[in-house]
Amino acid sequence: MAADAFKLDTGNTAWMMTSAVIVLMMTVPGLAFFYGGMVRSKSVLNMMVMNFVAAGVVGFIWILYGYSMTFAGNTSGFNEIVDNPFKYFGLAGLTDDNSLLGGSGVPALVAVGFQATFAVITVGLITGAIADRIKLGSWVAFSAVWVTAVYFPLAHMVWGGGLLSGDGPIASALSTPIDFAGGTVVHIDAGAAGLALVLILGRRKGWPKEPMRPHNLPYVMLGAALLWVGWFGFNAGSEGAADGTAGRAWINTFVATCVAMLAWMATEKFRDGKATSLGAASGVVAGLVAITPAAAAVDSYGAMIIGLFAGVLCALAVGLKFRFGFDDALDVVGVHLVGGIVGTVLIGFLATDQQGGWFPDGAERGLLYGGGVTQLATQVVVAAIAVVFSFVLTYVIGLVIKAVTGLRVAEADEVGGVDFALHGETAYDTTPATGGRVKEGISA
Amino acid sequence: MKLVTAIIQPHRLDDVKSALEAAGVKGMTVSEASGYGRQKGHTEVYRGAEYTVDLVPKVRVEVLVDDPDASAVTEAIVSASQTGKIGDGKVWTVPVDAVTRVRTGETGAEAL
Repeated sequence: MAADAFKLDTGNTAWMMTSAVIVLMMTVPGLAFFYGGMVRSKSVLNMMVMNFVAAGVVGFIWILYGYSMTFAGNTSGFNEIVDNPFKYFGLAGLTDDNSLLGGSGVPALVAVGFQATFAVITVGLITGAIADRIKLGSWVAFSAVWVTAVYFPLAHMVWGGGLLSGDGPIASALSTPIDFAGGTVVHIDAGAAGLALVLILGRRKGWPKEPMRPHNLPYVMLGAALLWVGWFGFNAGSEGAADGTAGRAWINTFVATCVAMLAWMATEKFRDGKATSLGAASGVVAGLVAITPAAAAVDSYGAMIIGLFAGVLCALAVGLKFRFGFDDALDVVGVHLVGGIVGTVLIGFLATDQQGGWFPDGAERGLLYGGGVTQLATQVVVAAIAVVFSFVLTYVIGLVIKAVTGLRVAEADEVGGVDFALHGETAYDTTPATGGRVKEGISA
Repeated sequence: MKLVTAIIQPHRLDDVKSALEAAGVKGMTVSEASGYGRQKGHTEVYRGAEYTVDLVPKVRVEVLVDDPDASAVTEAIVSASQTGKIGDGKVWTVPVDAVTRVRTGETGAEAL
């Protein structure tokens, strides 16, 4: 990229800036509402704050050294795993001539901003697993350490020219792994991390015997809708340009999500007797997750099949936590880990470069499209590496933070609600009798 | 004087209000309540997990009446709130010793 002089493409640049904005919208306020509505009313503020804090912590670290650690062009000496955090520290020295998206005429800083929003949402996703019970300071510390030790390396491995990219050993041994927009980097990553963290954090008091039903389902629907809209920036934006491949990613993102939503609702109808609003919202997200790695690498039928599998399998997978006894409060494992694996592995069956589909060099067609089992094997290996990498490192990080600062709030604070215990606030003032009095000393 | 208290289905409130007005009742207090009787609540399913919600939403209507009106008011409430299904609620009456209108200081039946 650096070899040719940078030539600005305003159309592509405008699309990437738009994508970056709507991907940020997925976390704040999308995830904040999606998860905020699903917790009980005594911890909705804390859930929203944790997502805002994820944006705050990760956003500033990304600019400081995160971008450099992920995309410095293989200058660290450990290029399979991680890049050099100091090459573009504070973005110093980064010019349009070495823009990550220079090939499509998008300036360096626009690419930095677009990728920042991916790091933010990956950390935000983990909040769903640990709802209602983690100290705010421990969450801040975890966000900073986790994004540095897990997200940046994995994003570098897949997209920055490392182990799981087209330049890595898996590409030479099997075929180039396909992860168009972040099935491994974002969803398997966050899902496995959520699982590891809840195993250390433990169950919420009363779970699973006490009912912990969502306190505001319209919030959940609103959050899911914001995620759906923003996801077009996530997937179609991952092309890095406004072109036909982005269009293919857009269409697949749309249709897979439609099918997944219906599939989740149908599963509920057959199993529980009623299709629910929470099921519709969850189906939307499951479909979006699963199509993410495959977004431009399958045709329309492939996208529908991925949506179908995602809707049904994730609707079934959210029951796993009860069977195995881990309190993944809002189903980050059932939706993101399972959905991420479904999408990543189904690429091995469905990948095609027909109908406007996209392939990285060295990838093969899927098993059902005449490409044999090579790509399937690659996808399974990549998914497994992402699960193990994220789970093991997150487990270690969680144990260290638990030993240094502790992770959980006091039991009385958890029962009384973390909104008041951690933030001194109450989400809903439903009666004038609770309005209180102004303290002396405050003047108008 | 008597205090008539009714626990009814929330969706019957408007009909009960109209029936009480028609029966000549001048005022009432309405509050949201939750509870259960023989219907023992209901179940809700979230992402496949079944929850028993035993305290279901109800509305409590309280009316102060003079002794001779108590049975007519009770009948008005019952006929306006009855759906015949389980969970329709209950109405009961208790004697009241004294009533004072705050604005004027009137007491007894004058204050109703």
